Amino acid sequence: MAWTKDKPIVSLKDVRKSFGTLPVLNGISLDVMKGEVVCIIGPSGSGKSTLIRSINALNDIQGGSIQVEGQEVHDPKLDKLALRKKVGMVFQQYNLFPHKTALQNVMMAPVKVLKEDPVTVEKRARELIRKVRLEGKEDSYPGELSGGQQQRVAIARSLAMQPDVMLFDEVTAALDPETVKEVLVTIKDLAAEGMTCILVTHEMGFAREIADHIYFTDKGVIVEHGPPAEFFDNASDPRTRQFLSQVL
Amino acid sequence: MAFRSIPEPDRRIPGHMDVLLPRRAHAVTVPSWRECLLSPLTMMLVFGCLIASVIGTAWAQDATPATSSTFAILLKWTPLLAQGFGFNILISILSMAIGTVLGVFLGVLQVSPVLVIRKLAWLVTQFFRNSPWLVLLFYSILLIPFQVTIFGQTIPFPGWLKAVIGLSLPVMAYMSEYVRGAIQSVPTGQWESAESLGFSRGQTMRMVILPQTVKRILPNWMNLYAVLTMATPLVSIIGVDDIMGYARSALSAEGRPDVLIPMYLYVLCWFFIYCYPISLLTSRLERRHSVKL
Repeated sequence: MAWTKDKPIVSLKDVRKSFGTLPVLNGISLDVMKGEVVCIIGPSGSGKSTLIRSINALNDIQGGSIQVEGQEVHDPKLDKLALRKKVGMVFQQYNLFPHKTALQNVMMAPVKVLKEDPVTVEKRARELIRKVRLEGKEDSYPGELSGGQQQRVAIARSLAMQPDVMLFDEVTAALDPETVKEVLVTIKDLAAEGMTCILVTHEMGFAREIADHIYFTDKGVIVEHGPPAEFFDNASDPRTRQFLSQVL
Repeated sequence: MAFRSIPEPDRRIPGHMDVLLPRRAHAVTVPSWRECLLSPLTMMLVFGCLIASVIGTAWAQDATPATSSTFAILLKWTPLLAQGFGFNILISILSMAIGTVLGVFLGVLQVSPVLVIRKLAWLVTQFFRNSPWLVLLFYSILLIPFQVTIFGQTIPFPGWLKAVIGLSLPVMAYMSEYVRGAIQSVPTGQWESAESLGFSRGQTMRMVILPQTVKRILPNWMNLYAVLTMATPLVSIIGVDDIMGYARSALSAEGRPDVLIPMYLYVLCWFFIYCYPISLLTSRLERRHSVKL
């Protein structure tokens, strides 16, 4: 069954996962269309990070199905490289390679993993670094950059693989309040260009501004979802209302 | 007011408060400074003492005339001793090279996702790490044949080569532990981000993880080399002619019991001059590394 653009680019059906005896995901279903920006919010420990990591096969699941462009992610025969070309991921702790410069960080995967021509990759990498507004920092090592700058290099590094979907796992949670904004602007630029984005975030204002759809998870289930305006102003479930009253 | 060491807070800036600098910052910088100042000094001092004691004993024994002085004897045998010491260095460098390559390999196997490989590598590491070096030397002398014939080509295994192999085994085991520890100290986020970028496990290890461990391993590695060099006189026990072997030959040739102590002191000096700068450099590297963390 070939994937076409009118079908969801990311599709989760009844996803279940537990760590030992502790259930983390209790039947999560959600669909993301191409070009859509989806935010997942919820109290800590509600399984948001586990959920987003499952989409990239960074952890396994025990039940249900996750499809990216029609391809089953947790198929044992899955070509993981094919999946990783489609899905880019940015982490809370940036996880840049500290022994490589910003430019080398961005170039490394396309050159070493995809075996692309280094000259073309370098051109693309410099373009991406300009895009995340870090011109002039190409030769800086991660240790010489601020948290916000490192996170933007990490975004550029993911984009260098030319993915169709970007996953953001609490990317601003480790940043200073002032540098949060520069990262959010970068994500906003991306979303404006039509990149499909799935974000786990605690930035409610940002979620409201950027998201096409918001999912609220608690205790491993999706409690409520909807477009931001509806979700933030007319939440129906008492758990959602309680959460929102605490964070807003 | 004269006793006040803390300046008055600047009231013009709202919310301005005095901040005491953390004491740790001073505690860290002061000894490192002192150590920097002292280390070349201590080196000269200790070395000077050794030289003085060698010459001193030589001088004292000069009281008995008609025989050549101790000092002259030491000087006479110096070329041979230097040759022997060169052999010690050669053995240490070769053992270190072989041990390092094998040790990195074994260390990587110690974090293998396959349980059997992991346990096996652990066992090998622990076995050689907890064996006396001399016993390992004896074993390599006894177990390795004099020569090996492969495709009609006969490769001889002289005693010194066996000694190199024997000494490389504990080096391998120590390196294996250093590498395992350093790999495990790299944050797991590095593995995850490499995985999400499509790197295979082997690629991640080679391109992302191992390069990051070099800085952590380097001081230990240098320390290990100094220890290994100081252990090389063990090879004289199994009949390889190193500086100790030559010193013994020289002593029996001279037949002068009074030269015994100065001679071995002289040998000690050779090792000290070679190993002390290494340990100095190691502690400097360690200090630089500890500041970064």
